[in-house]
Amino acid sequence: MSQFYTSTDHFVLVPAIMLALFGCAILLFDFLVFPDPRQRKYLLFFVILGEGFTGYGLWKQQANLMENGINQLVAFQGALTMDGFAIFFNWIFVAATVIVAIVSYKYLEIEGEHHGEYYGLLMFAQCGMFFLAAGTDLVTLFIGLELMALCFYVMVGFLRTEKRSNEAAMKYLLLGAFSSGFLAYGFSVMYGISGSTKLDRIAAAIAARPPMDPMVLLALATTSVGLLFKISAVPFHMWAPDAYEGAPTTVTAYLSVASKAASIAFLVRIFLGPLASVRDAWEPILSFVAVATMTVGNLAAINQNNIKRLLAYSSISHAGYMLLGLIAGNATGIKGIAVYVMVYTFMNLGAFLVVIALRRKGIIGEDLDDMAGLMQKSPGYALLMLVFLLSLAGIPPTAGFLGKYYIFLSLVETKHYVLAVIATLYVAVAIYYYFRIVRAIFVRDLTEKAPLSTSFGLRVALGVSGILTLAIGIYPEPFLRLAQTSLLR
Amino acid sequence: MMNDHLLSLVLFTPLAGLVVLLFIPSSQKGAIKVWANLVAFAGFLISLPLVSRFDKGVSGFQFVERANWIPSLGAQYLIGIDGISLLLIMLTTVIGFIAILSSWNAVQDRLKEYYCMFLLLQTGMLGVFMALDFFLFYVFWELVLVPMYFIIGVWGGPRKLYAAIKFFLYTLAGSVLMLLGILTLYFQYAAQFGTHTFEIAELMKLNLPLGLQQWVFWAFFLGFAIKVPMFPFHTWLPDAHVEAPTAGSVILASVLLKMGTYGFIRFSLPLLPKASVDQTIVQVLAVLSIIGIIYGALVSLMQRDWKKLVAYSSVSHLGFCTLGIFALNPNGLAGSVIQQINHGISTGMLFLIIGVIYERRHTREISEYGGLAHVMPKYAVVFAIAMLSSAGLPLLNGFVGEFTILQGAFEASHVWAAFAVTGVVFGAAYLLWLYQRTMLGQVTNGKNLLLPDLSVREMAIFLPLIAWAIWIGVYPKPYFELLEKPVQQIVERVRPGYYGAQAATRHSTPPGPGVRGRGPGVSGQ
Repeated sequence: MSQFYTSTDHFVLVPAIMLALFGCAILLFDFLVFPDPRQRKYLLFFVILGEGFTGYGLWKQQANLMENGINQLVAFQGALTMDGFAIFFNWIFVAATVIVAIVSYKYLEIEGEHHGEYYGLLMFAQCGMFFLAAGTDLVTLFIGLELMALCFYVMVGFLRTEKRSNEAAMKYLLLGAFSSGFLAYGFSVMYGISGSTKLDRIAAAIAARPPMDPMVLLALATTSVGLLFKISAVPFHMWAPDAYEGAPTTVTAYLSVASKAASIAFLVRIFLGPLASVRDAWEPILSFVAVATMTVGNLAAINQNNIKRLLAYSSISHAGYMLLGLIAGNATGIKGIAVYVMVYTFMNLGAFLVVIALRRKGIIGEDLDDMAGLMQKSPGYALLMLVFLLSLAGIPPTAGFLGKYYIFLSLVETKHYVLAVIATLYVAVAIYYYFRIVRAIFVRDLTEKAPLSTSFGLRVALGVSGILTLAIGIYPEPFLRLAQTSLLR
Repeated sequence: MMNDHLLSLVLFTPLAGLVVLLFIPSSQKGAIKVWANLVAFAGFLISLPLVSRFDKGVSGFQFVERANWIPSLGAQYLIGIDGISLLLIMLTTVIGFIAILSSWNAVQDRLKEYYCMFLLLQTGMLGVFMALDFFLFYVFWELVLVPMYFIIGVWGGPRKLYAAIKFFLYTLAGSVLMLLGILTLYFQYAAQFGTHTFEIAELMKLNLPLGLQQWVFWAFFLGFAIKVPMFPFHTWLPDAHVEAPTAGSVILASVLLKMGTYGFIRFSLPLLPKASVDQTIVQVLAVLSIIGIIYGALVSLMQRDWKKLVAYSSVSHLGFCTLGIFALNPNGLAGSVIQQINHGISTGMLFLIIGVIYERRHTREISEYGGLAHVMPKYAVVFAIAMLSSAGLPLLNGFVGEFTILQGAFEASHVWAAFAVTGVVFGAAYLLWLYQRTMLGQVTNGKNLLLPDLSVREMAIFLPLIAWAIWIGVYPKPYFELLEKPVQQIVERVRPGYYGAQAATRHSTPPGPGVRGRGPGVSGQ
């Protein structure tokens, strides 16, 4: 209490500072140094550099935790907590942002909307995610969420001349704002119960109340609405297919991966923090939501002909699986969420990268028909897409199997057998629609001869995602060790 | 050095060949074919030392290799074989090579992908029969689905997409439920012993209450029974067989289905001994097997499509295999394994025979043919042998398997044996009738008059299988010797004291003219 701003505070904040700093630098340089649109791709350099510093900061923090043998670094009187969980998720944000940034320039040039602020927005959004993963104070978390969400509202509508993009942004903004309202209301009730915005004090205050206290239930209900909206869980998923379809594909990829990862981290912090003591109240609700999410996601995906919409529904169903890890709630479940988010990041990004490559001058390339005969045209992309889809479906030996495996493991361990059976059966449903894409790629004949649009960045990103998707599946040990560090202690 | 890793070498030869194949340009069709055949043949040659070095006097697993794989989960790279897996591995390498050889002319487009899929399939199937770690087993088990999907879905017949996805969904649904059963065992082990492991030998130490064993048994059952396929989970099979290209059908019938029966023998029985002798479960499984035997045979009688007929006959024959397993005695089990090999040989041949005629006429309607024996004498002879071996004529392989299974079934229940025997009769009926309609009589269809007889390559495909069929039929003793120890182990596991009781009864009553001991080569009782 003696010092207003300690060195720990600074140390913990380094990644966020770097992200904000380089985000601002990009805006300035775009305006002052690179007025020529063709030079804008050099802004990527700033993204990479900024992420480098961010990563360095994270690495130092991790080393500090190891050296001192402590579980967490607490900063700003408990508003930020840098623990293994936060660091793990921040690594995922770094990976996702870098991958999305390096594939964007070519795509945005084709779309004719290559502006410098895009990269700035990416970094600001990631800065918000940093606070979502590390925040342990309601105000910090809320500001982090809004920072991230605002950046996404802009990015979803980045194609200014495109109707669909504008519509998507408007829908996302209106529904997002509405859900934020719910969340803020829930937070205010929590504050009312405990008189504090710190998660641990709220947890203590809620635990001290009687089990079915109406105020606690009110806080639980409203907070859940806000949180479930962000991970696009049913019945708060309506925005996702429209936003995913309308947004520029690079943004869709980022939204589906990084935003979801951050929101899951946020959700886990709230449900296993302040709301942990009312597990009896939320477990049935979340079980229902998880099953509904898997059901709607998987069943609605079956009939989609637009690949982005199909992947949107598939990502809804993945949110259902992640929720199951939270319902199990034990160490295996949390580790399962971490593993799931990690593999999901790479496989889902990978699938979207292939869709990005399909966007060429004059060809929108989002329909299933656009995939037809891809194997004959670009076998490399086709095989990578196969790996990503198998992984999304959860077929070994790809990474996706491991994610699902951990979820099943945690469910069986905590004796949620019914949920486990439902979750496993939806694997068989999911294979059907993923294999609709596979079928188009491998069985149907080539209809569109125009070559895919590639760039150096895209090839690197695809290679990295493909290798990781296979490597995590075939030799998962080092990755599992990494996920082990994420356990909340 | 080679000794230590022989099994891995067998396992990964096809995969290594696949990697090389990826670098051959697609336009070099000749090179692709030659290379794929070489790899498959090499895979067969490399597997031969397994036979010569295998010590059938030793119980337990041989050629065991163990390495840490995922310590966080307790999964290991642990492979090894006993007599049962040895036979199935040899079947896989032989049939794999023959299937690839048979595709020489049958497949013309997308050659590279085609052979890649076959080689991947080969590694997957070998892995299933070698794995002694449940996690590793599961990975290989699922790995098999993907290439098979493509083989049916890309190179198949008119309804290939439907058949391929049906195959995939059906088997996947079964195997993910099986995964839950595996995880239950995994946690039970952790609860009892404090460590996590997927090793089969370790999991066998578990002592579980009957109720739990029953649940796990049904979870496993779904995975294995769909693969076998047992009635009423068989509906994917006719579709998959009819639409698959010839080589795909051969692999599917000869090897892939055996993964299910192998699963019962290797996992269900030893890991869940109490559930496996539970009367309800045994009765249900036996009744389903018998329904499969009779239903499969009756439906075969009705078929107008040559390939569909053979597909349904598989349901019938695999019914014998599962019946033998759940007779739960040495004859039943040994007979079941022998019958699995037999079915691999004879049904493999039948599918190849259909492939030969399909390449020439592009139809499988039985009514399109008739009197082919006049036009294609060699072909007719080969078909006759395959048909008779499938129908269970003495001195050919089918007889040995079916007879031993029936012996085992008789020992378990006279009623089962009585019903199962009708399957043999029906089996002879549909096969002989098929032969009569296609081969005998006058040539009724003018298009069949000028069909060329078997070429040298085609003969080369059939000869090894015919030789193998006759070998098993005439001198099955080495096979029974090979199976003696593993079968003994399994029977002792599910019915402790079985052998002691047998010996006691044999001492008290002199061996009369009973069923026991009359079967061909039933030794070491």
